[in-house]
Amino acid sequence: MHSRRLFLKNSALAMVGIGSAPAWLGRALYASDAPSPRKKILVAIFQRGAVDGLNMVVPFGEKRYYEIRPSIAIPAPGSRTAGECAIDLDGFFGLHPALAPLKPIYDSGKLAIVDAVGSPDPTRSHFDAQDYMESGTPGRKATLDGWLNRALPPESGKKSPLRAVSLGPSLSRTMRGTNDALAISNLGDFQVKDQVSAATFENMYAGTVDQVLHGTARETFDAVRIVQDIERNPYEPANGARYPNGKFGQSMRQIARLIKGNVGLEVAFADMGGWDTHVNEVGAKPTLGPLANLLGEFGQSLAAFYQDLGDRMSDVTVVTMSEFGRTAKENGDRGTDHGHANAMFVMGGDIRGGKVRGEWPGLASKQLYEGRDLKVTTDFRDVLAELTVKHLGNQQIASVFPGYGAPKFRGLVG
Amino acid sequence: MRRASAFLVAVILAVLPAATKRPDVSASEQTFRVPLNKEQRLTHAVERLSFGAHPGELERIRQYGLDRWIDDQLHPERIPENPILEEKLRPLASLQMNNLDLVQHYPPPQMIRAMSKGGLALPSDPMLKAAVQLQIDRYNAKKAQADSTPPAAGTQPAMAKPDPAVVRQALLGVIDQNQIATLRKGTVEEKRALLASMPPQQIDQLLLAMPVGMRRSLMPIAASDVQRKIVLLTTPQQLIPYDLNEAKLLRAIYSNRQLAELMADFWFNHFNVFIDKGADRTLVTSYERDTIRPNIFGKFRGLLEATAHSPAMLFYLDNWESVAANTGRPNAKRKRGLNENYARELLELHTLGVDGGYTQKDIIEVARCFTGWTIRAPRQGGDFFYNDRVHDKGAKVVLGVTIPAGGGIDDGEKVLDILARQPATARFISRKLAMRFVADDPPQALLDRMVRTFQATGGDIREVMRTMINSPEFYSQGAFRAKIKTPFEMTVSAVRAVDANVDSAVVIAQRLNELGEPLYRKVEPTGYPSKNAEWMNSSSLLGRMNFALALTAGKISGISIAPERLGSMDGDPLAIASQLLPSPLSAATRETITKTLESQQQKQPALVAGLLLGSPEFQRR
Repeated sequence: MHSRRLFLKNSALAMVGIGSAPAWLGRALYASDAPSPRKKILVAIFQRGAVDGLNMVVPFGEKRYYEIRPSIAIPAPGSRTAGECAIDLDGFFGLHPALAPLKPIYDSGKLAIVDAVGSPDPTRSHFDAQDYMESGTPGRKATLDGWLNRALPPESGKKSPLRAVSLGPSLSRTMRGTNDALAISNLGDFQVKDQVSAATFENMYAGTVDQVLHGTARETFDAVRIVQDIERNPYEPANGARYPNGKFGQSMRQIARLIKGNVGLEVAFADMGGWDTHVNEVGAKPTLGPLANLLGEFGQSLAAFYQDLGDRMSDVTVVTMSEFGRTAKENGDRGTDHGHANAMFVMGGDIRGGKVRGEWPGLASKQLYEGRDLKVTTDFRDVLAELTVKHLGNQQIASVFPGYGAPKFRGLVG
Repeated sequence: MRRASAFLVAVILAVLPAATKRPDVSASEQTFRVPLNKEQRLTHAVERLSFGAHPGELERIRQYGLDRWIDDQLHPERIPENPILEEKLRPLASLQMNNLDLVQHYPPPQMIRAMSKGGLALPSDPMLKAAVQLQIDRYNAKKAQADSTPPAAGTQPAMAKPDPAVVRQALLGVIDQNQIATLRKGTVEEKRALLASMPPQQIDQLLLAMPVGMRRSLMPIAASDVQRKIVLLTTPQQLIPYDLNEAKLLRAIYSNRQLAELMADFWFNHFNVFIDKGADRTLVTSYERDTIRPNIFGKFRGLLEATAHSPAMLFYLDNWESVAANTGRPNAKRKRGLNENYARELLELHTLGVDGGYTQKDIIEVARCFTGWTIRAPRQGGDFFYNDRVHDKGAKVVLGVTIPAGGGIDDGEKVLDILARQPATARFISRKLAMRFVADDPPQALLDRMVRTFQATGGDIREVMRTMINSPEFYSQGAFRAKIKTPFEMTVSAVRAVDANVDSAVVIAQRLNELGEPLYRKVEPTGYPSKNAEWMNSSSLLGRMNFALALTAGKISGISIAPERLGSMDGDPLAIASQLLPSPLSAATRETITKTLESQQQKQPALVAGLLLGSPEFQRR
């Protein structure tokens, strides 16, 4: 095994040098490393614009919820025909009906929810709050890199050029840092468009004495070959999974494709915008309106990803977050304004799910943060730190979340 | 064992500073002592003090005299501006507006909502009024839709499709059946020709009759003035960043005052603000025009003064909300207090640098000095305003200097005085300039000289730049081709190298988003880094190669190149390299391109030029 791997490595490198390594070889390099042990993969999802956590994970057991949201509350389970009210999770919390595709995953114990989670920083600026959550350092603007880049475990074996991939046109803040990370909008576009030019560029850069450009180009063309190889055949999601056509669904589809292509992916990032529901958040029925539409795409995408990966989910965890929650009370425009705590989903093969975790702070005026927002009882870094240590296996938590001290693990991984 | 070696490293590190004081210098410092020859001096200066040479420009500068050219560049007011640039900037109306005009001409969604409810009057300008009316209709339709349509499974939430018959009827009121077919199914050239054949008023009517999607689809092929109308009718406020992007790219490409453009970019980036943060959407135009540009070669203290007072910076770093403890309105919706953001970045990023010897206590004291520096009505194009009521009236101590109680607005001014005079500021600014214009790790001798000039001239930026350029280290092997171009520099220099005509730069702006350098959209106050390593990654490299190929193949909408600028296949097909590349073609590049050409049946100058602009040689300056 060992010597075969060595052979592959050496011959692949030699052939890369002259620009003619067959595509399968580049990939075989990482695939052969994969089974022993297969790398763990963490996928981070950002809901930009601050999703209304109280309508996403509905505290229907709290009477006050219905008092302060007279026109936009999601009805309690059983109070209306199924599909138009919250889906009961534990007798107190329920899922928004548009998240129905997630319920079977929750029931199978592979989806956990952390409620009343958020950042200790009081800002209600999207810009600052996203920045803090992505850098993993609330209150510190000077941090240049992102927590997910720092969360990458020390390299072992040959470094894959596709260890860290951020879906979208530019490298997300979460993914920036000293570990090499790629921004890919579309796997099909990750190439030099014309084959003759691609080969010419590769040889040109292989021959340059410019060390920086030489090295980057070698990694680039390695990555291109790998991506091209998995792109060669049309992608057919497994187990009948159907991804929504929107940008987020397609991002999840491409992440699944990279994982199943065994390209050496360890961390991935994708985001979904549009959650800033100040006006007419909920339509005439709970299943209508902007929030329902967004949650529909969100839930279907996550469920399709879970279904598509099948057994491979044993290596994968998906975690979702949003910069802050929204006001507990609805505003005058049948919407909600910028608030504080929110809810996070954690989904994966080694996740102890089927439970809503986190201490519920209550919705009475006195219980609210600054008299208006759900209080943060779990620091978002507790969740991310636990996944970093127990899922990714990176113990260097002080450098992933500098200045945080000892995070409290919530028993999510086990 | 491990512990022992760690100890050893610690000992070596402790000894190291003493070691570097020895008279002989490190290998990398040594390269800054090897001078360039005359030819290299010329190309190096032009590469560093401009966005790359136009065809024939090196020769013109050689004739004119390099030193004279540099002196001119340090005094942009002496250089007549390129009339082509002025012509191209003229239609970008928002560039000349003040903050209030911008809000009124390009209303944000909240204002459009207010207008839809009748709380605010519609604008009087007819095109603008039509644009706003369109937004109101869309807003009302969206609102109605939210109450009626269920989300279809597996589809993206989208606006209901307009009735095709209604659309067709509306279009037939402006153009005929064949023209509609051309717009729907014609080639790019046919669509362009059709638009070009219409008088402006007909285009206005046509755009108004179109549904949003159809209008947007014309964006890449439309001429610049039509693009502006499309933006105005679709998302009015986006016209502000559209104009800013166009102007920044056009100036970099066409301006005769090249060093001034580099300096405007440097200082905007040093005092970075982010255009998509709330009110900054309408504040950045004036920030660049009135705060940054007039001060690029002035005293550093003047730049500090201007940025500290600018609504764009006050909003971006939250100082406008910072108030002394217990001075906020008692019944305010949210409690306010001291906000340290501006104070922290002022010390760390604008003046002293992170190792500049200040403490957290200094940050708080500086923040106290700036309480009450705010903006009057930021979302209505407000100006700077000092609100004494929320100012912290107590005494403060900043970097050991006592600022007595009761100083009012002067507290902030004193802080700026103190910071501008700190040696750490002279060092930090000199190093940052040298990193951008000389090398990632500039030699100490050069920095020392720049710092001395900074201190002797009271922070005169022009003189600091002059000292830097006149230093032997500037014209040394250590500096020669030592910098990798940022995506902005790469794309602009490529357009300049082939002397392309830019009708619209919108596609370059899009490419810069993909290359990780969206203009005016660096979120963090740090601005973009200038270090090589930050700009060389896989996506960026592929993006550069693809840009080079698309540019020379004529596939970048809005940009055209005269065929003779791409060279010819008669004689040496690589002769064009001497015009396109800042340095001689390497043997490796020449050999690879030659081999490729041998395998090609048709030899295309565009392919050769594209390969050269994507080559390693072109990525450095």
